[in-house]
Amino acid sequence: MMNNHQIIDEDEVLFKPIYQTGSGFYFLAAALFTVLLFGVIMYIRQFIYGLGMTGMNEPVTWGFYIISFVFFIGISHAGTLISAILRLSKAEWRRPITRMAEVITGIVLLIGGLHPIIDLGRPDRILHIFERGRLQSPLLWDMTSITAYFTASTIYLYLPLIPDIALLRDRGGRFNKLYQILSWGYEGTERQKHVLERAINILMIMVIPIAISVHTVISWIFSMTLQPGWHSTIFGPYFVVGAIFSGIAALIIVMIVFRKVFHFEDYLKKIHFTYLGTLLLVMSLLWFYFTFAEYLTTYYGHEPTEMRVFLYKFTGGYSPFFWLMVICNFIIPLVFLSNKKLKTIPGILIASIAVVIGMWLERLIIVIPSLANPRLPFPTGIYVPSLTEISLLAAATAAFILGFMGFSKLFPLISIWEIKEGREESVHVVSERLNEYLPSKGHIRK
Amino acid sequence: MPRYGMVIDLNKCTECEACITACKLENNVQIVSKENADMGRTMYWMKMLSTDVEGVYPDVRPVNIPMLCFQCDEPPCTKVCPVRATYKREDGIVAQIYPQCIGCRYCMANCPYTVKSFNWFKDEQKVENEKCNNIDVSVRPKGVVEKCTFCIHRLQKAKEKAKSEHRKLQEGDYVPACAEVCAAHAIYFGDLDDPESEVSKVKHDYRKFTLQEELGTKPKVYYLSAKAE
Repeated sequence: MMNNHQIIDEDEVLFKPIYQTGSGFYFLAAALFTVLLFGVIMYIRQFIYGLGMTGMNEPVTWGFYIISFVFFIGISHAGTLISAILRLSKAEWRRPITRMAEVITGIVLLIGGLHPIIDLGRPDRILHIFERGRLQSPLLWDMTSITAYFTASTIYLYLPLIPDIALLRDRGGRFNKLYQILSWGYEGTERQKHVLERAINILMIMVIPIAISVHTVISWIFSMTLQPGWHSTIFGPYFVVGAIFSGIAALIIVMIVFRKVFHFEDYLKKIHFTYLGTLLLVMSLLWFYFTFAEYLTTYYGHEPTEMRVFLYKFTGGYSPFFWLMVICNFIIPLVFLSNKKLKTIPGILIASIAVVIGMWLERLIIVIPSLANPRLPFPTGIYVPSLTEISLLAAATAAFILGFMGFSKLFPLISIWEIKEGREESVHVVSERLNEYLPSKGHIRK
Repeated sequence: MPRYGMVIDLNKCTECEACITACKLENNVQIVSKENADMGRTMYWMKMLSTDVEGVYPDVRPVNIPMLCFQCDEPPCTKVCPVRATYKREDGIVAQIYPQCIGCRYCMANCPYTVKSFNWFKDEQKVENEKCNNIDVSVRPKGVVEKCTFCIHRLQKAKEKAKSEHRKLQEGDYVPACAEVCAAHAIYFGDLDDPESEVSKVKHDYRKFTLQEELGTKPKVYYLSAKAE
């Protein structure tokens, strides 16, 4: 690797966020930190006084925390899964996208994985899970798969980061000690490149089944119970589809924001958003198909306990949320993404924001109505989240943005070496690959 | 090994709710504040379930049946517990281990009968009330799940008493508070596997039913229907 400090790199824009920090950054960071701090204070209050600080009651014993848990873990599928699939299918347009996708996974898994602990009545006894955990409980499966996913996806984020860290190390400047440690003496020799590539290839294949298992297992927490509305075989794939769906939407939002803030227009071109937008549209249709199949089966079967939950969603107390979810997850993406005139970057951004909101609502629609309509006719209370729960949701969102801001000050948000590699090799490699597919000219079989 | 169970004769039940009161006092079940009660956080180990309304307007009467943990033979709650804080004992009682519970409330979500309660707050009762507590039953800390245990502490006591008297446990030695207090003798309690016990005789009544039988949880609390008069 060339020692290119002092020299203006052709990809200087990508280094810029690390070295230059505007005042807006500090203001935003301070604001977000306040939100985060408020959330922490509210949590400490809940820790001291008990879970009664939330709005949860009986029979709605799971609320915002579990919704956020499912939602954030769902977002995490953006990352690693999409990046792995794109890498695996040798999609050349993946190069500027993969890094951001992987960072989303890392941050969001940390936040999402914390939520079940926030939800515990006795967080001080969390170690009981290790001491006397029962592997028969879906919660244990869940913990296992999330831990595996977190480990795999952080390594998968870290490995392609090594050449970039080496670039930063060679430039000198602040945090050089950190970069020196983290780059593991990477110099870009043939052998190192080969080893790195092999490691990335192995991980990218490993990560896909792990990612799918994570959300399947989360869905099993619900579907393994006997609750009407939960006890359904479709839940595994339904959750995975929803997760990838919300993940892509979150990824698009992050990409558009950073494109604007750090002037990545030259790297994240319209074509990237068009492709991702198409992918989002496909997932939206798939999501609708699953939702339709799930509810039609319930309705046609007309089992009384199931119907109570069904009607609660369609016409009862939760119908505004239900129909808003349908609008956000299906109608808005359909309108904006299937119409050429509307499929601009702002249009795609609107669709993505709608999907993120819609998918949060979907988790709400799954968790609450089933609990609020138990099998036996008990008088049921209405679940209204308390300030504690709302501020913790805000804190989780703030933590997500803060995590990203922190990352952008340490490491490049777009994989620089992969961009360089693409520039040097892609055209050649792709045209060679193309020649393999195409029938040879003028060749007549006898 | 005995297999404890209960039969509630709804023909005899007058819905006086003495069983509920007795249960609440016997087991030191938390009396929550008014605000929490309004939020739907009341705690009962035994409660009334309004199943139906009888009669023609304006002469109507709600049909209530007393309900407690059914101590299922195939309990859905113990299956999902991540730390074995709830488990089925050999004598068929589904017990709770309060110091082990992490408060994830998964068992509550999976109970088809919604009989479990959660300690949302620490027990807020006045100090002078504390001396009325039953010393045989621990007061649960905040953040754990609790439910009816068929007054398991009474079984312990009865066993010890029988042992000190050098005899075996007999029928009637161990009876939960609700069955003991029932003025109408509507609640039978005993060993379901013992063909001689009253409860297993009553159990074979043609009026017998259990709630949500189709779920296959095999409850050990049976009802005798009131409609066959």
